[in-house]
Formats: sequence, structure tokens, C-alpha cells
Amino acid sequence: MRTPSKANDVAADAGGGPEFPVGDPSAPDPCIQIRDLNAWYGDIHALCDVGFEIGHGEVLALIGPSGCGKTTLLRCLNRLNDAVEDARVTGEVTLDGQNIYSGSVDPVALRARVGMVFQKPNPFPKSIYDNVAYGARIHGLASDRAELDEIVHTSLERVGLLKEVRARLDEPGTDLSGGQQQRLCIARTIAVDPEVILMDEPCSALDPIATAKIEDLIDELSAEYVIVIVTHSMQQAARVSNRVAYMNQGQLVEVGETDRIFTNPLHKLTEDYITGRIG
Amino acid sequence: MDLTSILLLLAGLAVGAFLFGRSRAQALGGGVGAARNLHSLPDYYGYFAALCAVLPPLMVLTLWAAFEERVVLALLANGLPDHLQALSPGQLDLFLNSVRNAASAASVPADPVLAAATDEYLSLGRSSRWLLSGLAVVLGAGGVAAAWRSIHPAFRARNRVETAIRWFLIAASGVAVLTTVGILLAVSFEALRFFRDVSLSEFLFGTTWSPQAAIRDDQIGSAGRFGMLPLLSGTLLIAVIAMAVAIPVGILSAMYTAEYASTRVRALARPVLEILAGIPTVVYGFFAVLMVAPWIRTIGESLGLNVAAESALAAGLVMGFMIVPLVSSLSDEAIRAVPASIREGAEALGATRSEIALDIVLPAAMPGIVGGILLAVSRAIGETMIVVMAAGLAANLSFNPLESVTTVTVQITTLLVGDQEFDSARTLAAFALGLVLFIITMLLNVVGLGYVRRYRERYE
Amino acid sequence: MNRVVESRLRRRHRRERTFRGLCVASVLVAALFLLVILGSLFRQGASAFTQTRISLPVPAMLPAGDLPDSGAMDYDAAVLDALAALLAIDPDRAERRELRQLVSIDAAFVLRDYVESSPGRVVSDASVRVPASAKVDMAIKGEFDRTAASDRRPLSDLQIDWIDRLVELGAIERTFNTALFTNGDSREPELAGIRAALMGSVLMLLITLAVAFPIGVAAAVYLEEFAPRRAWIRLLELSINNLAAVPSIVFGLLGLVVLIDWLGMPRSAPLVGGLVLALLTLPVIVISSRSAIRAVPTSIREASLGLGASRMQVVSHHVLPQAMPAIVTGTIIGLSRAFGETAPLLMIGMVAFIVDVPSGVTDPATALPVQIYLWADSPERAFAERTSAAILVLLGFLLSMNLLAAAIRRKVEK
Repeated sequence: MRTPSKANDVAADAGGGPEFPVGDPSAPDPCIQIRDLNAWYGDIHALCDVGFEIGHGEVLALIGPSGCGKTTLLRCLNRLNDAVEDARVTGEVTLDGQNIYSGSVDPVALRARVGMVFQKPNPFPKSIYDNVAYGARIHGLASDRAELDEIVHTSLERVGLLKEVRARLDEPGTDLSGGQQQRLCIARTIAVDPEVILMDEPCSALDPIATAKIEDLIDELSAEYVIVIVTHSMQQAARVSNRVAYMNQGQLVEVGETDRIFTNPLHKLTEDYITGRIG
Repeated sequence: MDLTSILLLLAGLAVGAFLFGRSRAQALGGGVGAARNLHSLPDYYGYFAALCAVLPPLMVLTLWAAFEERVVLALLANGLPDHLQALSPGQLDLFLNSVRNAASAASVPADPVLAAATDEYLSLGRSSRWLLSGLAVVLGAGGVAAAWRSIHPAFRARNRVETAIRWFLIAASGVAVLTTVGILLAVSFEALRFFRDVSLSEFLFGTTWSPQAAIRDDQIGSAGRFGMLPLLSGTLLIAVIAMAVAIPVGILSAMYTAEYASTRVRALARPVLEILAGIPTVVYGFFAVLMVAPWIRTIGESLGLNVAAESALAAGLVMGFMIVPLVSSLSDEAIRAVPASIREGAEALGATRSEIALDIVLPAAMPGIVGGILLAVSRAIGETMIVVMAAGLAANLSFNPLESVTTVTVQITTLLVGDQEFDSARTLAAFALGLVLFIITMLLNVVGLGYVRRYRERYE
Repeated sequence: MNRVVESRLRRRHRRERTFRGLCVASVLVAALFLLVILGSLFRQGASAFTQTRISLPVPAMLPAGDLPDSGAMDYDAAVLDALAALLAIDPDRAERRELRQLVSIDAAFVLRDYVESSPGRVVSDASVRVPASAKVDMAIKGEFDRTAASDRRPLSDLQIDWIDRLVELGAIERTFNTALFTNGDSREPELAGIRAALMGSVLMLLITLAVAFPIGVAAAVYLEEFAPRRAWIRLLELSINNLAAVPSIVFGLLGLVVLIDWLGMPRSAPLVGGLVLALLTLPVIVISSRSAIRAVPTSIREASLGLGASRMQVVSHHVLPQAMPAIVTGTIIGLSRAFGETAPLLMIGMVAFIVDVPSGVTDPATALPVQIYLWADSPERAFAERTSAAILVLLGFLLSMNLLAAAIRRKVEK
């Protein structure tokens, strides 16, 4: 199923790249390269010939109206769509030059390198300590209890949660407030020490104060991790990202430096969206 | 006039009263378009009249049906010749029973005394029915008259009818409580009579169960031994074997259908498991005796083991499979109630399916699974037909699964099937066992249901 | 860091495969168990649907020409004469006794019926098919070991010889076993049938339906639509859910004490059985009806209330009709459970040996599952075969009830 083409929105050919300009799809020091990525859920064509790069040290914001394929794209980056019963993905996504959809890549190992934070905080029904320790435990990252303690403490410290929960590490993670739960989930993700962190609207369920804390955290983490963040909020995209990709109806419309996209969008569609006329 | 005709009469009365009430209301309201002048629709006046006509006779009828037999027998006993009146209560009961049998047999008994008593019994029954019919008609007519007097345009017929229905609804929902109380009262009543003969401590802590000794009252040492520990141990042994099958197979199959199976495979696998739940237990019992017990015996003997013909293992194994669907469906429900977002969180961390299932989902679903297991244990303890057919009668205080053991339910059945008198310790022992069974299973059910509800509330 | 992760992968995937294998295996084990049960029942029960009969030539039994008054005939002797003539033997008294064991005691009655239905006329080449005895039936169906020592098998050498000769003569036939469906219980396996038991079951089910359905639905309506959320309602819910899990034998005890001992109702009667099963089924109906009523959208209730209908009118005009298919489905499933119940019926004396088909709800009766239990207890091989057949009939009934329930559900979902 093709999306209906618009005046300035020419559909891509099967073989080559998009014929209309998408801005600056390539990054100087690419970490993730996406080529000809297509995804279907049953008969629904959710991603359509998407191709661009995400560089090391980047925070890339994925923006676009609801149902445009942002989350699908994000879930293609750690192969989380594999488990969805009728999902199908074609194309190529490379992580440091290696195609993650090739047979030799184990999705389990891949997810140790590409972590993910979800829209709604989803701590495990376990203690705070076990929530953070879980990833390190299954991947065997600590050889003894002391090392595990170290990992848990560092991770909690980095998300600024340690001083709030130091005395109640044994209490269930589900007892924390929403913002704390989300930071716990981020701590859980960085405890595995991934290269990339995917964030799917991490602040949409939080109040403004908790949101600000998470945004600060993203800023700090960006020094060490490549971050891909899906967001509905233009302001958040402008605040935390250095590049922005705008998607519409399963297609990549435009990608480029955040400042450039917000001040000088190439496409009318992009402009309409960021100025709030559609979406 | 028999019961069916009386019921038919009442039905006719109801229809008549309905038509009468409705037309009366229509007349009062002024013919066509009457509804505008009446408080309720004309039909409701009809329903009201019908209720007035039928409810009082119906109540009398119920009471009558419940006590008729006793009253008739008491009257009959009072009118008997003196030499019969002098009989002991037990013998008198026997005589009255033979009267009832003779009455239903239709042929005239040879013994003239019995024949006379039978005649008297039948005529008492006939007069009782005539009396009842008369009473029903009078009460029904009175009801109609009462309805006639109350029906006027402002009469709130709908509210009256709805109140009556509401009381019916309340009474209907009370039946469950009444049943529970009824079970407790009835079984305890008989059990208390048992405890007049046998001390509670002997019953609960005695290690010998041999009620057969008390078959005849005049036997020397006819007391019989009523220590229920061997029965409890046997019940426990079989339940443990059953749960050793049902818990792993039930939980793992639920893990498969909830975590691994595609929608299509799931739609096939669940019904297969549910079919196991739909097979009557008598079928399992037959299968256990005819197939499983001989297999176990053959296998055991080839290993040089001494296996009883009715081993606890055979009954326990088959019972285990019978319980699999119960554990499986409650576990499946509990596992599927764990939100998908938590699963995805673990998946995104790089956990494998089995790690998600065992580390994340299982602990979260645990209350529901534990609830299911408790209900399953209750089912295993109360299961009757499989053990009656496949376990033995020998009350061995043994935990060897290859030996023959007996259970509480087997003993209840053995003691109560066949002829029984309500005053021998042997019969009454069954009610004491029944009381123990009811209390144990009720405790398991209540705790198990509590667990099941807790997980439902947690994720709703 | 990544090397650590990679190094553990093999072991983790092996664990994954093991666990998955265990899960699949447990489903397969359960399915296999089901298959073995059904398979062994079919293997054993299928043969009970046929019955071996011996066809005897009429002229050998009856004098030619006018028949004597049927009441004066010795049909038993006539059957034996015909058998002897067929086998071309002249049996002495001992042999006659052995010969008698080949045919069912019903053979004489079959012959009498034949004579009475064709008065005065005997067709010279006609033959009458009389049922063979259960021993012969088993021998023909290959259910016993001919090589066993003669004192360890039910038929003597002579009898086996006769049977072989009858087979050679083409006098042995296997026809559909109508007795299984038209007769009540019998001490003779070849005459035993399930009709009386089936009738008892049906009568009980009707009573169960008539009592449990209105009360169950009314209780569900009250709990879902009218009941205040108070402590005693919680108690009510708990007692309903608990009753659904109380061992069925306990309901039998209740019936025995209250209905039979206190209220003086007759033992072994479908009336008592039906009432006990109604109490047993009630919680199932209440629970399924409640979820059916809960599934009716609130908007429907609010819309009708907004039009000025009373709560009772909303329930009877809108909620119940919408919920009815699901309620009926739940009721059928509850009834099918009651249909297979055995234990409580043992308590109220429905284990009697019943030959006659009950004609009313107070006649002595038994039920199909109880009949199965009684037959399963009989040592004869022929009864084992009939037990399996009766189970197949029982399962057939349950299956059709469940299919009916599924069909109703599917129709509504569309």
C-alpha cells in the first residue's frame, strides 16, 4: 500500500534512494546507517523506503504526526519488531558497519548494545535493585556481588536516583513515582552499558518537573551514548536534539541539523508540522 | 388430585387473574387509551392480580410438599393397632417403610395388617391432596378478591410488581448462601450424632480405620475403629502425586500457550486442554483401572517392584491429568494478565523468551498461579470417582505410591452406598468425614479465590 | 564488554531451547494423554455396537402347519433343538447344558415374538436370528485366548468346536446392537442397555435446568444490576465462588440428609438427583451469567434509563435479551458438567440395578455415568466392552452439548 503522493512528496523508486531531497541524510561519523528500510504489519505498510544515518555523539529526534512510523522505525533499530506476530521488515540497518538484520547477528546480543526506554515507565515487578541489576545479570556483566552492587549504584547515581532510593533498594520499583520510575528504567538500560539508547516518547506520561529532569539526563547521557528519541513535542526536540528527522505517513520527509530544520525547513510539510498547522 | 394437576390449576388461575386484572384496569381507565389515566400500563395490573392469586397457594404448596409425608406417617402411626404402636422406633420405621413400598407397588400385600395400614396410608394421602387443592383454590380466590379491591387508577401496580420481582431476585441470590449454610448444618448435625459415640480426638488422631467391625450391633467388640489419619494420609498421598503431574504440566503448558504459541496454535492448544476438563471423572476412573493400573503394575514388576493392583500411583497420575486444565487455564489467565509493556522492557534489555517468562512474567503472575494451584489441590482432595474406582479400600497409613491406600471420599462412598440406617456409627462416620472434607476444601477455596482476585485487581 | 555478552549466548540459547522444549512437551503430553484415553475407549468400545447373533432355521424349531397355542410351547427347548439340528448332533443332557450356554436367555423370547407376530404361518425357508450369549459374542469378536488352558477360559473345547462349525455354516452374524439402546440394565451382558440410565439422566437434566436456570439468572441479575456493594454482598459472591469449587460428593451428602432424610423424598429418584445437580450447577450458571450481563455496554442501560424506563424494565427489555446468548451458552456448559456427574448420585441411592425405563421423576432411576460406574465394576469382559461403548455415548452427548454452546457463541459473535 502506497501512501497517496502529495505535490512536493514524490514517492521513491524501488531501486534508488528517494528522489526528492530529504536534507542531510548522511552523518560524518555514522554509527547507525539505515537503507531502504520497509516494514509491514500485516497489510499495513508502516515504513516506506526509509534511509538515513545517525552519527556518533548525536541525539536524533524523530518527529512527525501520530501513526507516521516513528515508533516502528525505532523498534526496527533493536529488532523489537521480530516478536510481533505479523510484522515483516526488509532493508538494511547497520550498527558500526554490521547489518543487524543479517543472520549472524543475535537479537539478544544486539539489544545489549542498543537499549530502549518506553513511553510508559515499565519497571519490572521486582525490587529497585533487581530492576537495575537484571540486564547485567542476564548478560553476565558482573562476576560477583560487589561488581553488581557497583553497577547498580553507578547506574542509579547517573540517573540521579541514588540519593532518593539508597535506603529502599529492596522496595518494589513499582512503588516509585512516575518520573522516578522512568529514571529507574533509564538506569536499567544504562546498567548494560549500551552504545545506543532508543527512547520512545519517554516524557509523555510525566509531569513538567519530571520531564525537565529527564531532559537534563538526556543531555548528560548524550556525551557517552548515541540517543534516538521519538517525541511529540517540538520544544523537546529543539531542546535535546542536535539532529531531527521528520516523518510522515511511513516516509522520511526531511532530516537535518535541528537548528536548520526549525529555522529553514526544505519542505512545506515539515514547515506545516513544526509550526503546528498539522499533526 | 396429584401435584401436577394442582400446578396446572394454579397456572390457569394465574392466567385468569392476569386477564381479569388487566381488563379491570382498562375499564377503570376508560377503555381505549386507558394507559393515560392509569399510573402503570394495564399489563402491570394484570401481573399484580396474577401474583396475588398465585403466591399464597404456592407458599402453602411448598410447605405442604415439604411436610406432607411426615405428617401423614405420623397420623398413620397414631392410628396403628396397639401391638404395632408398642414397637421400638427403629422397627416402627421399618414397618412404615414397608407400608410406603406396598403403596407404591400397587398390588395388595398379603399380610392383612400391612394391607390395612397401606389402605389407610393411601386414603390419608388422598385426603391430604384434596385438602391441599381446596386450600389452594380458596387462597387463590382470596388473592383475586384482594387484587380487585386494590386496583384503582392511581394504584402503583408497576412498583408493586417490580418489588415482588426484586424480592425474587434477592431470594435467588440467597440460595447460594443457603446452600452453604445448609451443607454445614446438615452435615454437622449428622456428624455431631457420630461424635456422641466416637470421641473427636479418636476420630482426628486415631491411626486405625476399620468401620466394618460395626456392621452388626450384637457382635462382640462391635465398636469399630474410627481413626481418620490413614484416610488423610492416603488422600494426601494421592493429591501429592496428582499435583506432581498437574503443577509442572499445567504451568508449562500455560507458558506455551501464553508466551510462545502463535494465535493460531493457541486457538488449537487451549481447546485440547479444555477437553480434558470436560471429560467426566467416571471416565477417568475407568481408564485408571483398566489401563493405567495394569501398565504401572507391569512396569513395576519388570523392575522387580511389588506393586499393588490398586496403587496410589495409578489413581494419582490419572487425577493429575484431570487437573491439568484447571491449573493451566488459571495460570494462562494470570500470565496473560501481566502487561505486555513489562515483557517488552525485558526484551529490549536483551532477555531471551525463557528469561522473560521465568524471571519477569512468572513472579508477576505468581498470585494467580498459586490461587489456581490451591483450587486444584481442593479439587484433588474432593475428587471421588477416580479414587473410588482406582484406589483401594485398605486404610494403610503409608506413603508408598505403589501401595494401595484409601481416601476420605472413597470411605464416604463406601459407607453410604447400599442400605444404610441413620443411627449406626458406621453411617454417621461418613458425615463426620464429609464435614472434614467440606471444611478443608472450603479453606483452600477461599484462600485460593483470594489470591486469584488479588492479581485480577492488581492489573485492572 | 561485548565479548562477555557473546560468551554467554550459547549457554543462554541452549537454556531457551530447553525451556521451550519443556513447554511444548507438556502440551504434547496432555494432548497425548487425551488421545490415549479416547483411542483406548474407541478400540474397546467400538465392538459393543455390534452383537453376535445366530440365525436358526424355523422348520427345525417349529412343527410344520398350524402352530400350537404360543403359551403352550417350550421355546427354550425349541431353540436348543434347532441348534442341535443345525450342528447335526444329538446332544445328551450334559451337552444340552453346554449348548444352552451358546445362546442368550433372550433367544426363547425372540422366538416367541416371532411366533406371535406370524400366527399360524411358518415359512419353510425362514430363519430367526437369536442373540448369542456374551461368551460366544466375545469369542466371535476375538476377545479371548483360545490357547489358554481349558479351565482358564469361559468356553469348553466342545463349545469352541460348535462355534467354529456355526461360523462355517454361515449361521453366525454380527448385526447392530440395538439392545444397547433399547434395553435397561441386565445381568446378562448381551441384554444390557443404557436406555433406562439415559432416560434417568435426561429427566434429571430437565429438573436441573428448570430449577437452576431461573434461580441462577435471577441471582446474577441481582448481583450485577441491583446489589449494593456491601460486605454481605461480598460474602454472597464468596459463597457462590466457593460453591463452584466444593467437591460434588458434598452436595450428595446435602441431598441425602435434607431431601431424603428430613423431607422424606424418595431415594433413587430423578427428582432428588435433579435438585442436587441443580445446586451443583447453580454457581456455574451464576458466574457465567454475571460475566454475560457485565459484558452488556453501560451505554445501553443509560440510554434506556434516560428515556424514563425503570431499572427493572431496562433489565428485562435490554440487558437480558442482549446477554441471553452468552447466558444460554454458560448454562449449557454447566448442564454438560452436571450430565457427567456421578459421585453425588451415589449418595442419594441412584446406584440401584434398574431394568425399567423410569416414566416419572419419582420412579427409581439411575444415570448414564452411574451406569458406567456399575458396569465398570463387573468382572465380565463383555461388560468392559459395553462400559466403553456407554462412555462413548456419554462423550457424544457432552460433545454435542458443547458444540451447541459453541455454535450459539459463534452466531452471536458474528
